[in-house]
Amino acid sequence: MLISDLPVLQVVIPLAAAPVCLLLRNPRHAWACALIASWLVLAIALMLVQRVHAVGTLSYAIGAWVAPWGIEYRIDMAGALMVLVVAIIGALVMPFARRSIEHEILEKCTGLFYTCYLLCLCGLLGMVVTGDAFNLFVFLEISSLSSYVLISLGSRRRALTAAYQYLIMGTIGATFILIGVGLLYMMTGTLNMVDLSQRLPEVANTRTIMAAFAFVTVGVSIKLALFPLHQWLPNAYTDAPSVVSAFIAATATKVGVYVLLRFFFTVFGMQFSFDAMHVGEILMLLAVAGILIASLVAVFQDNVKRMLAYSSVAQIGYIILGISMASAAGVSAGMIHLFNHAMIKGALFLAIGCIFLRLGSAELRDMHGLARHMPWTMAAFVAGGLSLIGIPLTSGFISKWYLASAALSGGYWPLVVLILASSLIGLIYMWRVVEVAYFHVPGTMMHKVREAPAVMLIPTWLLIGINLYVGMDASLITDITRQGAEILIGEALQ
Amino acid sequence: MEILIDTILLVLLMITGFSIVRMRSLLAATMLTSIYSLLSASLFVVLDAVDVALTEAAIGAGISTILLLATIALTTDREKPPQRTPMLPLIVVIITGMALIYGTLDMPHFGNPQAPVHLHVAPAYLHDTPGEIGIPNVVTSVLASYRGYDTLGELAVIFTAGAGVLTLLGYRTRGGNSMDPGIRKLLILRVIGKLFFPLILLFALYVQFHGDYGPGGGFQAGVIFATGFILYALAFGLGNAQRLIPHQLLRIMVAFGMLLYIGVGIESMLLGGKFLEYNVLADDPVSGQHLGIILIELGVGITVASVMLMIYYVFRSRQPEGDL
Repeated sequence: MLISDLPVLQVVIPLAAAPVCLLLRNPRHAWACALIASWLVLAIALMLVQRVHAVGTLSYAIGAWVAPWGIEYRIDMAGALMVLVVAIIGALVMPFARRSIEHEILEKCTGLFYTCYLLCLCGLLGMVVTGDAFNLFVFLEISSLSSYVLISLGSRRRALTAAYQYLIMGTIGATFILIGVGLLYMMTGTLNMVDLSQRLPEVANTRTIMAAFAFVTVGVSIKLALFPLHQWLPNAYTDAPSVVSAFIAATATKVGVYVLLRFFFTVFGMQFSFDAMHVGEILMLLAVAGILIASLVAVFQDNVKRMLAYSSVAQIGYIILGISMASAAGVSAGMIHLFNHAMIKGALFLAIGCIFLRLGSAELRDMHGLARHMPWTMAAFVAGGLSLIGIPLTSGFISKWYLASAALSGGYWPLVVLILASSLIGLIYMWRVVEVAYFHVPGTMMHKVREAPAVMLIPTWLLIGINLYVGMDASLITDITRQGAEILIGEALQ
Repeated sequence: MEILIDTILLVLLMITGFSIVRMRSLLAATMLTSIYSLLSASLFVVLDAVDVALTEAAIGAGISTILLLATIALTTDREKPPQRTPMLPLIVVIITGMALIYGTLDMPHFGNPQAPVHLHVAPAYLHDTPGEIGIPNVVTSVLASYRGYDTLGELAVIFTAGAGVLTLLGYRTRGGNSMDPGIRKLLILRVIGKLFFPLILLFALYVQFHGDYGPGGGFQAGVIFATGFILYALAFGLGNAQRLIPHQLLRIMVAFGMLLYIGVGIESMLLGGKFLEYNVLADDPVSGQHLGIILIELGVGITVASVMLMIYYVFRSRQPEGDL
């Protein structure tokens, strides 16, 4: 096995670790297996980023059948960034998971929990690195099915309803994607994305291709929870186990955004997507509506996890807003926020996981005076919150800076006002938590509460560390996203 | 003549579809979905897609009907009447249907030899399979080799489903080895079950190993194999079936099939090839392809059969003693 096999090993390692996990009877062993697999995945992801940086786009022909006859794995800079996002979150939630899962899930389910976690990780990575439209659907199914199971394991019975709701919406989304891919195949005779992009212009003016475009767009939009197709998301994030909320919030919707990018830019091409089908205008409208409405709804939530879930819908709006500008600056800004938001939300949900371990609740009313008893956890939450709002020296500021400058250079100055206004709303909902935790008198039950264990605090703070690092020195991430956006759009950035 | 058959089948399909929507009895709806699958399978036969037809018959009409029945046995067979007529889903369905019809307007005509699907990738499969893979069934060569990685992914979907059911419902061990008393009286079922059990298993093995030459392969064979055991469990009780294949063994088999498939891929990497490059498995490429395909089909068969049987065991283990 050589360096050149890395793209496929990235996906095969968690895929092989899943059945091994099923065989291990001891939950500790299953956890160790998942931990090792997720760290290997992170190591490979780092090597891949470095390799793509050095030699450019990687292509791997599975089974040695060259595309379009066989299935191709294809990783460019945008893909490498996505792999890195999934791998970082995947590797950091695992050390966190052991204590949290022991607390939230029945012991007989823990082994199976790690099996499903590995399958979800494998599915998400497979969706990112594949260069084949049908293969993407297959891995989408793996990640979706396993995430339904993961969400349903939440400690309250409502988790089952949330998972079922997600299952119905997710299945509709997946079916739409499958219909779209089927129509594309019918009109071109190929499933390989690069091959599709070369053969589509010839038939682009047919109603079949337009229908295919519509089905794929709506299908993926359900998966990435684009407003107003986000209804499954708040319940799923609220009722899932803490680790699952953190993992899925930080990765699943982001991979959905990446799939949308792939279809818009690589498969259909910018001209068809944005000039002929006017998807940019539609997306911009929905993104603006999503940012405003979901932020406002978040202000009125009494459950902190639900509040963060609505905030996620708004943040996805920012990412889509960047993409909808259809300029290299806009797409690059969208991708910067994609990375940053994954790290921010991962950290915030992990902090809530720490709180849930000690309080057994994520309700705001149970958190009075919490900061005195869990200073490190609450400090992490505040740091993540500042980043979410977009205070300078945090990564959130970098995102908003690039988004605003992309909006200005595109001539969309009202969007700059929107970005500022929604940041203020973000300030309001984060402040509600800070006020309760820092300035309210602790309840009588509170004196028993202790700080979360180090194994859970360290992953949380590592994610916060990434946030702060990007906030101070964003050159690495902007460099990667610029290259990614350049490849996607095929034009140089100034 | 073919037009007539197609029309009749499609009309029946539509009638069945509408009946399923209208039906309040879930038992009847389940039987109708089974009929729906059988009609689709017939359509696939008319279209000369016999591999798909066999899959649809085995999975759609066969195992999923059994699993739905097992679900009904655990829950209820009456659908609750809806509180209000839901308008939004209807609108969504109508828009989707219109989009689909809109999409058909520019499709290549049915059976047109100049359609893109017949000109680009597919001809190469037809042309190269004899030389590169060396098996007569091109469908198997595409599924198991050219696009073998998709098949691994689909196996992973089945595996995920099995792991999911096990996680959500859990397997309940119960003492004793009682035969379901309700069934014990059904002499006919027991005699027929006894007669059919070996035949079904034999047929499963045939479908498993004949996939290179005719319609068949691991997915269909695995399902048929599981159906045989489910019939056995119905006729002679869950306890007796579990003496043949205990739940613990199933869990091992579920993982083993997956690992076998992935193992073939990793082995070909260790031998210096790409992932799932069967050519390097033997001295000459075609034998390597044969070996690779047999092994991965075996992996598929084992995992599919054991997942299906495991899901059935899990459902039945939650049922109160004595019920069917």
